[in-house]
Amino acid sequence: MDATSVLPARVATRHGRWYWLRHVGRGLIYLFTVALGIVFMLPFFWAVTSSFKPPWELYIFPPTWFPKEFRPGNFVQIWQVVPFARWTLNSLKIAFFNVLAEVLVASGVAYGFSRYRFAGRNALFLVLLSTMMLPAYVTIIPSFLMYRVLHWIDTHFPLIVPSFFGGGAFNIFLLRQFFMTIPMDFDEAAYVDGASSFTIFWKLILPLSKPAISTVAIFAFLGSWNNFLGPLIFLNTTNKFTLPLGITYFRVAPMDSAEPRDHLLMAASVTVTLPAVILFFAAQRYFIGGIVMSGLKG
Amino acid sequence: MTAVMATRRHKASRSARRQNLLGYLWISPWLLGFVIFTAGPMIASLVLSFTNYRIINVIKWAGLDNYVYALTKDELFWPSMGITFYYMLIAVPLGLLGSLLLAMLLNQRVRGESIFRTLFYLPSLTPAAAAALLWAWLLHAEVGLVNYILSLIGIKGPPWLGSVRWAMPAIILITLWTGMGGGRMIIFLAGLQGVPQEFYEAAEIDGASGWRKFLHITLPMISPTIFFNLVLGIIGALQVFTTAYITTKGGPGRATWFFALHIYTSAFEYFDMGYASTLAWFLFLVLLVFTIIQLRLSEMWVYYAGSA
Repeated sequence: MDATSVLPARVATRHGRWYWLRHVGRGLIYLFTVALGIVFMLPFFWAVTSSFKPPWELYIFPPTWFPKEFRPGNFVQIWQVVPFARWTLNSLKIAFFNVLAEVLVASGVAYGFSRYRFAGRNALFLVLLSTMMLPAYVTIIPSFLMYRVLHWIDTHFPLIVPSFFGGGAFNIFLLRQFFMTIPMDFDEAAYVDGASSFTIFWKLILPLSKPAISTVAIFAFLGSWNNFLGPLIFLNTTNKFTLPLGITYFRVAPMDSAEPRDHLLMAASVTVTLPAVILFFAAQRYFIGGIVMSGLKG
Repeated sequence: MTAVMATRRHKASRSARRQNLLGYLWISPWLLGFVIFTAGPMIASLVLSFTNYRIINVIKWAGLDNYVYALTKDELFWPSMGITFYYMLIAVPLGLLGSLLLAMLLNQRVRGESIFRTLFYLPSLTPAAAAALLWAWLLHAEVGLVNYILSLIGIKGPPWLGSVRWAMPAIILITLWTGMGGGRMIIFLAGLQGVPQEFYEAAEIDGASGWRKFLHITLPMISPTIFFNLVLGIIGALQVFTTAYITTKGGPGRATWFFALHIYTSAFEYFDMGYASTLAWFLFLVLLVFTIIQLRLSEMWVYYAGSA
């Protein structure tokens, strides 16, 4: 029996007996994927549907899938009962500075690491990588004490200033990986033409790295927008809160006798999540590309 | 001849100087930040861990007192370690398996792959605070969606976050929802797509079943991504804070008193900065040991295509 006589037989069975079985298998996989997609989306659906209900409708059993009494006013009310607009502005302001700092500083540092052979470069890069694994708790207590001496507690400085010093180890790593893919010949040609180190960075490397920089900008925004621990530790005055910290006000503890405000809680949660979701849809390819780059070239 | 070599050497050393100067100039923001915001605080935190410092009183040297207190007298030290490990041992494997499963489903080239990828990914974009608040509502004992669905199939759901027994599973559920379809899944998907198609074709000609292909081709080929996700997963699991802080505040009856919560409370509610630093260093040491063990073990099971 040689190979040529076996092969046609195998192909025949594949199109015969197994053919429909394969289709059923694929159908089941598809069904399973759809089911999982629904399960992942249900919490969002529930948040949105709850956010349009009046308080009385939230506490009936069985719960209603769609609001009987449609109340979009919840989304207006959250801006009235708490300083929601103030928190939004605070969050936006901090995010703006974080994105600006992380993009500019991280790309400069990454440029240094990828373009210059200075003494101790590899050792320093290893140090940089290892800081990514450092738990925040090891540094946050002395940092808190330092900010206290500087009178920075209950201001936005602790949430903004550090990003100007380094711009985030992860971002530097990501950008360096990207810069390494740009041939050094480009730099040398520009250098021979008399371009300075800064000109090469600003006019050559940065324009060529738009996708990587967009990725860093997006993750910097999300990291800032979602940050909870930092504001929790450094801010005390309600007016200085950021959105994630502020919306916890709506949470009524189980033993609390305060008036139920879960309808507002849902409206607030939906509102806070919305910018991140919109950003994702606007820039989907940078998300996926950035994550893949960070995970595979490590 | 010698003159030419001398200028060349001169040029080379000038170039080396330029490389050093410019290199350090460019990385100086990071270097400065590293000293001010990382290395400095780390040393300070280590020193603080050997002191008694409650902000209001004068700082006093305490030697090993804090360390001895943590290991022998602190009634919450070992329970909070245990709770954190319990969480890690369940949430990390479940999370990795879940992410891999989602990535494999997407890799089947199902119709509308990008739509499903988006659906699985969106929960990871939800701010942790919003996700925790949202799930506290979904897991409401009487009118929550989860217990309503359970009641449809005849199960009376537990009070979840309000119950000593079910609070931890509830927190695991929340973090699985936010974590399963996030970056981890995307990295797995890229790993799966990087496996050369010829390997599978060759195995099919040899008559290998789907399971054997998975075991002998897929798993070894994606082992670097599994390793990457595992290391990051454990580092994240040991530091869980926001979800527990918002949903349970460590309760009920300290059933979800994570180690990070223990550090936070000691530092920013009791302002016991010395002792909190000791706790932080315990966390750091545990993390370091885990990472080193994993690096060692990885030589046994992680396969890098480049190195024969």
